[in-house]
Amino acid sequence: MKFIKKVTKLTLFLPLVCLVLVLLLNLIKDPGFFKIAVNNGVLYGRLIDILNRGSEIAILAIGQTLVVAASAGTDISVGSVMSISACFCCMLLAGFGVSSTETLRMPMIVGIIAGILLGGICGVFNGTLVAKLKIQPMIATLILFTAARAIGLLFCNNQITYIRYNPYKYLGNFIPGCPIPTSIFVTVFVIAVVAVLLKKTALGLYIQSVGINNRAARLLGINSDRICFLCYVICGLCAGIAGIVSSSRIYSADSNNIGLYYELDAILAVALGGNSLGGGKFNLYGSIVGAYTIQAINTTLLAMGVSTDQAPVVKAIIVVAIVTVQSPVFRSWISRPNRQKPVEKEAVRV
Amino acid sequence: MKKLFALFLSLIMVLSLAACGSTPTQSAAPSTAPSAAPSAAQKLIKVGVAQVGHESDWRTASTKSIQTNLSKENGFDLQFVDCDNKPDKQLEAVRNFIQQQVDYIVIDPIVSTGWDTVLTEAQNAKIPVIVLDRTIDDSNKYVTWIGSEFTNEGLAAGAWLKDYAKAKNIDKLNILVIKGTTGSSAEIGRTKGFEKIAKENGWTILDQQDGQFTQEGGAKVMESYCKSYAGKFNVVVCQNDNEAFGAQDAMKAAGVTYGVNGKVILISFDACKAALKQVLEGKINADFQCNPLQGKVLADTIKKLKAGEKVPEKTYMPEPWYVSENILKSITYTNNAGKTVTEDLIQVTQAIADASY
Repeated sequence: MKFIKKVTKLTLFLPLVCLVLVLLLNLIKDPGFFKIAVNNGVLYGRLIDILNRGSEIAILAIGQTLVVAASAGTDISVGSVMSISACFCCMLLAGFGVSSTETLRMPMIVGIIAGILLGGICGVFNGTLVAKLKIQPMIATLILFTAARAIGLLFCNNQITYIRYNPYKYLGNFIPGCPIPTSIFVTVFVIAVVAVLLKKTALGLYIQSVGINNRAARLLGINSDRICFLCYVICGLCAGIAGIVSSSRIYSADSNNIGLYYELDAILAVALGGNSLGGGKFNLYGSIVGAYTIQAINTTLLAMGVSTDQAPVVKAIIVVAIVTVQSPVFRSWISRPNRQKPVEKEAVRV
Repeated sequence: MKKLFALFLSLIMVLSLAACGSTPTQSAAPSTAPSAAPSAAQKLIKVGVAQVGHESDWRTASTKSIQTNLSKENGFDLQFVDCDNKPDKQLEAVRNFIQQQVDYIVIDPIVSTGWDTVLTEAQNAKIPVIVLDRTIDDSNKYVTWIGSEFTNEGLAAGAWLKDYAKAKNIDKLNILVIKGTTGSSAEIGRTKGFEKIAKENGWTILDQQDGQFTQEGGAKVMESYCKSYAGKFNVVVCQNDNEAFGAQDAMKAAGVTYGVNGKVILISFDACKAALKQVLEGKINADFQCNPLQGKVLADTIKKLKAGEKVPEKTYMPEPWYVSENILKSITYTNNAGKTVTEDLIQVTQAIADASY
């Protein structure tokens, strides 16, 4: 009993339960959902699809969590930043105005790092506006939300730039000989780096203090502005990485479609992870579970063959249910009868 | 110091506005230059084109075709606005054209409704409007429409599949469809046409899901199909080439063979250059083109209007059907207008693939 209480008290408990419930929905239609096989030397199955396709949202959710925690606002530019990073990377690799190439103009790693760094620069821009100029986060990031995709188009000369060079596909697909999708490694790597950064340095604590009370943190000697700024830069870098993975999947830079509406999924992932969008305390792993929950919903809808015009409605219903279950009011309502029962028993005894 | 900084910021704003505004002044410059030869300047027909965006190779080809055909050499002064798939931006662009008093307005409408007000404004300003490619449903205040009959493309694909299955002795067709963006006219037409033929012949359409006309969308949907219907399907219909590329990647990953030598017949629409190369290699069985080269027809229509000639209410683009194998020469089907037509099938060669957009 004590153990159950302990487990249910964990912050990760509800998000995980929701994820498992969504997955269990599939038992109704097709138990084969959980089958994992090896096909052509690589892992093959719906669960693998969820882990694979959910990578971008998970990476974005990491950055978004920090931004939400530190600034009590959301970075709505991440989807567009994904696009600009991908376009910049492909432009460097293919050369300006080339629509399809088989040979690279520079080492692949240079293009990829440049793309990710451009994401970081976008983060610097957002961070400066929010932390230094104190512009509201949504307004500040609205600028790049609108502009970044358009700049990406300029990089690619208004066309889809294809990189038909096999190693470029590795990041979003498989490295030959490795059965696990590469994007899962990328996600684990990003999670590990950020987790170490939060645990081994005082950054996690600082972000929470800044988010809970900016001024109090300042009085304690924390440079609030710098912490907030740093969160936006990390968020930008995450968006850059997600953009490159997304681009590698389709071995091209499709500036109109890469990362389209991903900012919404990233914000939703943070919320589904049980984090307050009001800033302050945060749980990184909750957001990641949230990200995979979203992907699980998407994959489930496809697997169940829900027709396309109805899919958004079904998705909305599931999301509403999850958010309701996690809301504080609902939680206290659920736990209330439990508290009343013992009182009644005692009354009988007297 | 602060005042200086404020001055600096306002200067930046003014300068950037000036920089953005420089395009019209540039276009004004050449029109004043030929004023030395006034006859040449007067003859230029001012045309404002509000294009959807540049979301696909198809759209880019359409844009290029419009720009080359409505060039200065051909007697046009083209104002081209790329609307980035934003309906409000497109409305604004059309209003701008009306203000600039262009001679003709060409719209490739992003959405099919909400046009009546602005088209009335154009009518009041006596500017004829030509609708290109997509359709306007809630207003008839335009002169003519030029574009593709998407339903015919769907019908043609169905007709081809019927004959092809017969020629190959495949008696049971289990079809998976990767649809385009739900609600787009291409999706509606192609689905309608293909479903009609499928129903007539008793084919099984196992599933139809939205692939958003993108490669990633196609891959995602196909990835799921390969698991839900493993071994149960033998035809995949993708409603555009990008989706077909994605579907190919997903089928490859799942170990499903496709194309001429594969177990799955792959049908695609749009027929861009990269896709025709795949048809040539036998990786796509048939590709039904939605002709993007509207520029020539558009230029002809405008010249006819200018000369006071009558133009038909609807002009359909001539559209070729491409196939990989030399089994069928032509297909016969009843098109959307109720006419029975026989149309040639083109077997793709290297030259044809190179010449495509």
